[in-house]
Amino acid sequence: MKKVLSLSFCLALASVFSILPACKKASQSGAAEDSLVVWHWMSDREDAFNNLAKKYGEQKGMKVRFELYAPSEAYMQKVRAAAQTNTLPEIYGVLGESRDFASFVNAGHVENLTPAMSENNNQWMNRFFQKALVNNQFPEGNSYNVPAGIYGVPLDVTNIQMLYNKDLFKQAGLDPERPPQTWDEFLKIGPALKKAGIPGFVSGWGELWMIDCLASNLAFNLMGEEKVLKTLKGEVPYTDPEWKRLFKLFEEFRDSGLPAAGLVTMVNKTAEQNFSSGRAAMAFNGSWCVNVYAGMNPNLNYGAFLPPAVSDKNPRVIWGGAGSSFVVNARAAQKDKAVAFLKWLSDKDQQVALAKETRNLPSTPDAIGEIPAVLGQFADDMELTTHPSRFPVSEASSVVETFNKGIQSILIGEKTAEQVSNEVQKVKEIEMKSAQK
Amino acid sequence: MKLSFRDQFTNSLFALPAALLFAVFSIYPFYKVFQLSLYQWDGISTAMRFVGFANFWDILTRNAAWWISFKNAIYITFLALTVQNALALLLAWAVDREIRAGNIYRVIFFIPPILSGIVVGLIWNWIFEGNYGLLNHALTSMGLGGWTRAWLADPKTALYSVATIHMWKGFGWGFIILLAGLQNIPRELYESARVDGAGEWHVFRKITVPLMVPVFVLVSILTILGTMQIFDLIISTTGGGPGYNTEVPMTRMVALMLGSGRLGYACAMSVIFGILLLLFSLVQMRLGKWLDKD
Repeated sequence: MKKVLSLSFCLALASVFSILPACKKASQSGAAEDSLVVWHWMSDREDAFNNLAKKYGEQKGMKVRFELYAPSEAYMQKVRAAAQTNTLPEIYGVLGESRDFASFVNAGHVENLTPAMSENNNQWMNRFFQKALVNNQFPEGNSYNVPAGIYGVPLDVTNIQMLYNKDLFKQAGLDPERPPQTWDEFLKIGPALKKAGIPGFVSGWGELWMIDCLASNLAFNLMGEEKVLKTLKGEVPYTDPEWKRLFKLFEEFRDSGLPAAGLVTMVNKTAEQNFSSGRAAMAFNGSWCVNVYAGMNPNLNYGAFLPPAVSDKNPRVIWGGAGSSFVVNARAAQKDKAVAFLKWLSDKDQQVALAKETRNLPSTPDAIGEIPAVLGQFADDMELTTHPSRFPVSEASSVVETFNKGIQSILIGEKTAEQVSNEVQKVKEIEMKSAQK
Repeated sequence: MKLSFRDQFTNSLFALPAALLFAVFSIYPFYKVFQLSLYQWDGISTAMRFVGFANFWDILTRNAAWWISFKNAIYITFLALTVQNALALLLAWAVDREIRAGNIYRVIFFIPPILSGIVVGLIWNWIFEGNYGLLNHALTSMGLGGWTRAWLADPKTALYSVATIHMWKGFGWGFIILLAGLQNIPRELYESARVDGAGEWHVFRKITVPLMVPVFVLVSILTILGTMQIFDLIISTTGGGPGYNTEVPMTRMVALMLGSGRLGYACAMSVIFGILLLLFSLVQMRLGKWLDKD
């Protein structure tokens, strides 16, 4: 008797297990035929988006609903879960690295927008800053095996630079109109600020990608793009003298007294609060900061400058490109209407409205009108931008983590440049062996 | 009395909803996590590559960061088991003695556990902040300016600082459970012991401690399970840094799952972690039974 009941129970469990995966094949996220749903994470743009949605409804008779899911980590988890259950909305954004974006494309969750962009002699494509499109593009023969094409529509562009507080520079006896141009000039600021009792440099270096960003900028300047890419391919070791020199730069930075206390575990929000409230003289932050600082301290007197040059052999580059982008769900029944909406969203009027409301750099050059002076400094340097998503090869995530954590360790005096250089190379070799297998 | 088939079947039907819920929300997720741990998968792609136990092998033999994170979690757990629970017991014992305003203390001691880990982390960030933090300010005003530092960013103090925050947040749970245990001990036992001339320490050692062993076991298991899975406090204070100094298994899993897109690998980590926690709990229970018998 008991055996019969146990067997029945097991059968019931087995049927539950077989039914559950089938539940994944849920129907498409449900927007009505005359409406579109857009998922986003940009809480600062909530009002602007809703106003634009209302305007679109009035002009085109199509209802668009923007759904905000913040913070970005929570948003991305929601998008991933929706991708696994095929319940993504018509329009959404993919956050993360190129690898993540490629996974979404390869899994059939992202529509290739190249045909739409190319219509009428590339009319839509030509509206954008070229650098803004590159982040949403996969070139021919990319390492992710994504069919070549444009997969996203940039809403705005961004780049990451150094910032300095002009009033605090003056207070420390430094020239407020001449920020440091070379690495040596940069380091010399440390003692001057220390003497004046002003904490030096803040950034969100607790979030590892921002360390990666500056280190990558310096590496490009120090050894040139070709050598950096050769390193990613495994043709140049991280123990090469120029890589060692790069790690050494962070030792010098640490010893200059520039880093504010707690820099290595600081999140960018804290760094922004510290800089905007005059509790740090310099910061490393993206162009979005103009909007953030305006909200935190409208009277902040600051300027932007390129990361200091460590070599005159190679040009200086900064990370940048598309700030926020939207993609169209390739499985959505109304994908054509979604494409039409995104086209409308990148029209000059809408771009101007977004830029005005959010103080972000618009993704179309024709919308750059009256922007704040400091934002103009960011805009002027758009041509210097690069981004790992544009590199033909990508570095293994374990190597990137060891690299960034290693720099954290250098900054806290836990490890030397030599040690970090060896550790990163060791992880790189393990990854290369795994890849060969 | 022997039940008929019909009765047994009817009884089983009553258990079926609970069994199904358990299957759907506990057994199926565990089965799925184990299944995924055998694959190389980024969580999005339609293609999954079966790798057998390669993920497990890699974690156990090559992943130094995983073992550092595990060591850090054990360290915080050790501090929680000893310092946090000793404090909880001391306070529970004091409140059990019907001190004045005991009920107010009960409420106050239970406030930290009900606060969100993220909120607690942010509050303590202000306290431990390197430039303008309350702790540094207090030390400076006491003439101990030489001791000031960025507590959460200094490798010498980061893990201790996180452990301190965790213990502050967690001792209230132990306090409430231990207090309930203490209040269940019949008062007559204390009274008769005192009549027989036993001192406070003797009463505590010979009556309180033996009768509290099952409660100690429960509190210890909850402390181990809760502390080993520490996550929100780390994320809101150090993010696992500086370097790997405050990484714990949960932060490693999340980093691999969301940051590196290695979902299968992260699942393998969670299976290993789950098994280790199960082993810890079993050892603890055995120890408790042995102490109880003793």
